Amino acid sequence: MSEWIGKIGQAARRPFTGRASESERDRTERVLSPFWVMVQKEFGDHIRSWRFIILLAIVTLACIGSIYTAITALKSGVQTGGDNGDGISTEFLFLQMFTVSDGTLPNFLTFISFLAPLIGIAIGFDAVNSERNKGTLSRIMSQPVYRDDFLNAKFVAGLLLIAVVIFSLGFLVMGMGLFTIGYPPTPEEFGRVLVTLVITTVYVGLWLNLSLLFSVRFKQAATSALCGIALWIFFLVFYSMIVNLIGQATAPADPNDAAAILRQQDWLQLLSRLSPAYLFQEASSTLLLPDVRTLNPFITQDQAYLAINAPLPFGQSLLLVWPQVVALVAETALSFAASYVLFMRQEIRSRS
Amino acid sequence: MALAATNPEQQPAIELKQLTKKYGDFTAVDFLSLRIEPGEIFGLLGPNGAGKTTTILMMLGLTEPTSGSATVCGIDATRHPMQVKRRVGYMPDDVGFYEDRTALDNLIYTARLNRIPAAEARERALTLLDRVGLAAAAEQRVGTFSRGMRQRLGLADVLIKQPEVIILDEPTLGIDPEGVRELLVLIRDLSRNEGLTVLLSSHHLHQVQQICDRVGLFVRGKLIAVGDIDTLSRELDQGPAYAVELDLSRWDDDVARRLTAVEGVLSAETIEGDALASGKESWITVRVTGSSDVTPALAQAAVEAGVRLHGLRPVRYGLDDIYHRYFEGGGNP
Repeated sequence: MSEWIGKIGQAARRPFTGRASESERDRTERVLSPFWVMVQKEFGDHIRSWRFIILLAIVTLACIGSIYTAITALKSGVQTGGDNGDGISTEFLFLQMFTVSDGTLPNFLTFISFLAPLIGIAIGFDAVNSERNKGTLSRIMSQPVYRDDFLNAKFVAGLLLIAVVIFSLGFLVMGMGLFTIGYPPTPEEFGRVLVTLVITTVYVGLWLNLSLLFSVRFKQAATSALCGIALWIFFLVFYSMIVNLIGQATAPADPNDAAAILRQQDWLQLLSRLSPAYLFQEASSTLLLPDVRTLNPFITQDQAYLAINAPLPFGQSLLLVWPQVVALVAETALSFAASYVLFMRQEIRSRS
Repeated sequence: MALAATNPEQQPAIELKQLTKKYGDFTAVDFLSLRIEPGEIFGLLGPNGAGKTTTILMMLGLTEPTSGSATVCGIDATRHPMQVKRRVGYMPDDVGFYEDRTALDNLIYTARLNRIPAAEARERALTLLDRVGLAAAAEQRVGTFSRGMRQRLGLADVLIKQPEVIILDEPTLGIDPEGVRELLVLIRDLSRNEGLTVLLSSHHLHQVQQICDRVGLFVRGKLIAVGDIDTLSRELDQGPAYAVELDLSRWDDDVARRLTAVEGVLSAETIEGDALASGKESWITVRVTGSSDVTPALAQAAVEAGVRLHGLRPVRYGLDDIYHRYFEGGGNP
């Protein structure tokens, strides 16, 4: 039967074979624009590299560890919760897979927020300078390829890879959780996890971009890697300390001046929200913990008293973190623009 | 070739007009004007740092000139670098490949960046690899390649887009003499058989002089002389056009008289043997200059004088001498 159809199809096409094959070739040519050829190649290079395998191993281990610790916590928590009513509630039990821990290992969210920058840095730190040092950059640039396509391809390939990694890890955790606790997620929970994964991808994309920027700026791959790691540690460890320090130094003299204190706190919060790590932490925890009703530390007594003690619906949580997401995207765009400008201005010579 | 060079109506393959590039106060290329005809092999010669690579980058639109214009195949390279890059193959000095990919993969990648469909790219890559003598190494990773192999792969890489013009920056750098010879033969064949215009930059004079139709001497951003090697050597010497060196077993007045009596000979005198020769030779070297090519007549005269002729070589000024002279001039000829 299918043979028949094939034959008929062939016969029908025969008079136009020449034209058909030509247009077919046209189409494939159009599909394979140099940009996508480069993306393909970059993606392949990443997947085959040892660096990526090692990274994947670390992250997978971290995930498995976090699932284990979450499941142990959930088991004991639900048991005690069943007894006296104030352990871990069964509401959003599935989401708790990502956020609870029995104390031996950090939970999934902490692991991801800690390791995500590392993935980004590892993928991007030698993107441009290694090509320059190997002498391939000038060869590629002498092909009919737009210069920005080169940088875009690096970014897109990296981001694709990151998305694949993050989503597969997220689904891995979900799947394993489902398998072990046997408690299916509601569509809302699934949606929350999905959006969190998207935000994580954006966050890693930001780090990828920062490391791309360093790889454009610094000729040595080691320098750019070090810069990326330094920035990572700075935001993860020192930034909050510095903000605290500033907070103490600029604390209003009069502790009774509520307006001044509020203003100062607002300012401090703005300062902490410059850090992508802080933004990501706020966004992801709001999404995975529906009980978070506000990200503002100051609410009036009335607000606190009158608020209904119930989790936020998905849409509202999303609304709450929207500014954070926009800020993350903006920071990504900013660092991409910086590397773009730097790269476009650089002269491309062989190995220099 | 000669036809092309004398036909002013034909569009030049490469035309540079008052091309200038400055880096701050430093002028890398200084009002360079140059015209290269289609099908020509042009050698851009100059010491390191003369501005050769900068000039080439401007031809490809990879660097913007401070002033002046570079036109390649009739296209302004600064404004439309994409069209130029489609027609021009460029091999940078010290060409780099993706080391962990095979030679074939590298070529196919370049081809696909030029929008050649995958199947055709593979076909072309295999043909070219065969042509540059790397067919056996097609599936080897480039990381294992020797310098000469890389250079040949570089040539294949340049050719895969079927360019009209190829620009080779220091193609012979770091290859052994046999490799250089093979590469140059390959380049010449390409130019002769397929009408490719070749621009190669080098500071290796001997190698380049074998295959170039014309050369340009490029020092400190300025082109101080252009022409074929014969013209250049004559320009340089400003005196007798031809010189012949003879190795004779005996040298006395009689021989000298006989030699100078040959028609067209201007002078004949002994010269120091080559400093590199050990001095074991039992002959005397005489340099004869003439206004025309007197080599056969000199040989006859020497034999008639009863001296034994150990060697007879027409002397052409090599690029070395030309180069050297121009340098002694301090770059302000």
